Amino acid sequence: MLEIGQKAPDFALPGVDGQTHRLSDLLRDHRAVAVIFSCNHCPYVRAWEGRMVDLQRVYGARDVALVAINPNDAERYPDDSFDAMKQRAQDEGFNFRYLHDESQEIARAYGAERTPHVYLLDSDGILRFRGAIDDNYEDPDAVQHTYLRDALDAVLAGDSPAVETTPAVGCTIKWRA
Amino acid sequence: MKVQFLFWEDCPSHPEAWDRLHDVLRELGVEVEVERIEVTTEEAAQRWHFAGSPTILVNGKDIDAQPDAPARLTCRLYFHENGRPSPLPSREMIIRAINAARANRNASQKG
Repeated sequence: MLEIGQKAPDFALPGVDGQTHRLSDLLRDHRAVAVIFSCNHCPYVRAWEGRMVDLQRVYGARDVALVAINPNDAERYPDDSFDAMKQRAQDEGFNFRYLHDESQEIARAYGAERTPHVYLLDSDGILRFRGAIDDNYEDPDAVQHTYLRDALDAVLAGDSPAVETTPAVGCTIKWRA
Repeated sequence: MKVQFLFWEDCPSHPEAWDRLHDVLRELGVEVEVERIEVTTEEAAQRWHFAGSPTILVNGKDIDAQPDAPARLTCRLYFHENGRPSPLPSREMIIRAINAARANRNASQKG
C-alpha cells in the first residue's frame, strides 16, 4: 500500500468525459490532487457522493482536483461498467473527474482496498493523507471529523495533516477472479 | 415473531445494523432471538433472494422489499425517509416492519 511520504504512481486513465487523464498533468496544474477509489454500486460511495461534489466545488476554487477512480470488476458488477459510470456522472451532475481503472492496475499499485478510499497527494505527488472522507457516512450533519477537508487545508497551508491516516470505510474493491 | 438478520462478512455495515436492530427491538419491548445468517456464496444469495448486506426479514418479509434488486453478494443500498442513501436500514424501517408484524399477529388472534 502506498504509504505517507511516498510518491504516488502515475496513471493515465479514461474518464467519463471522453478524455484520458494523466496524474502527472493534474499535479502540474493543481496544488493538490485527491484520488478517491470509488464506484457506482457501493452504498457507502452513494452516501458520501454529495460530499465529494461539495469538496470539488469548494476546493476546486483553490486549485485542488478531486479524481474518482472506479476499479471494480464490471463483469460481476455491471452497475460499475464504463457506460454505467458515464450515466451516473450525468445523472448526478458530477463536477469531478470520474475515471475507469479497467485493468485494476492502479488500484493495486496504490493498495486501495475499499470504495471510497482517499489518497490525498500534494503538488509533488507525495501522499499526505490516506483513508476516509469523514467519520460519518450516514449523516453529513453529524460529522465530527472532516478528515479530507482538514488534510486539504493543511496541505494547502504547507503543513502536514494532523491526521494522516484513517481506516477506509466502505465496500471491498471487486477484484477480478 | 421471527426475525432473521442476513449479512455478508465483506460488507462492514452489518455490526452497526445488528446493533440498530437490537436497539429498536429493545425500545419496542419485543423479546425475540434474532436468527443470524451469514451469506457466503452467490448460490446462497440467490436462495435467500439476498439483495445485499445487511438484509432483515421479519416473519419472512424483507423490511424494505426491493423485488427488482438482483440477489448477490454486495453491500445493500437503502434510501432513508429523508431520501439519503445509506448502507444501513433506518430505524423507522425496522420499527414499521416490527409494528406491521405485531398488527398482523393481533389481527389473526382476533380473527
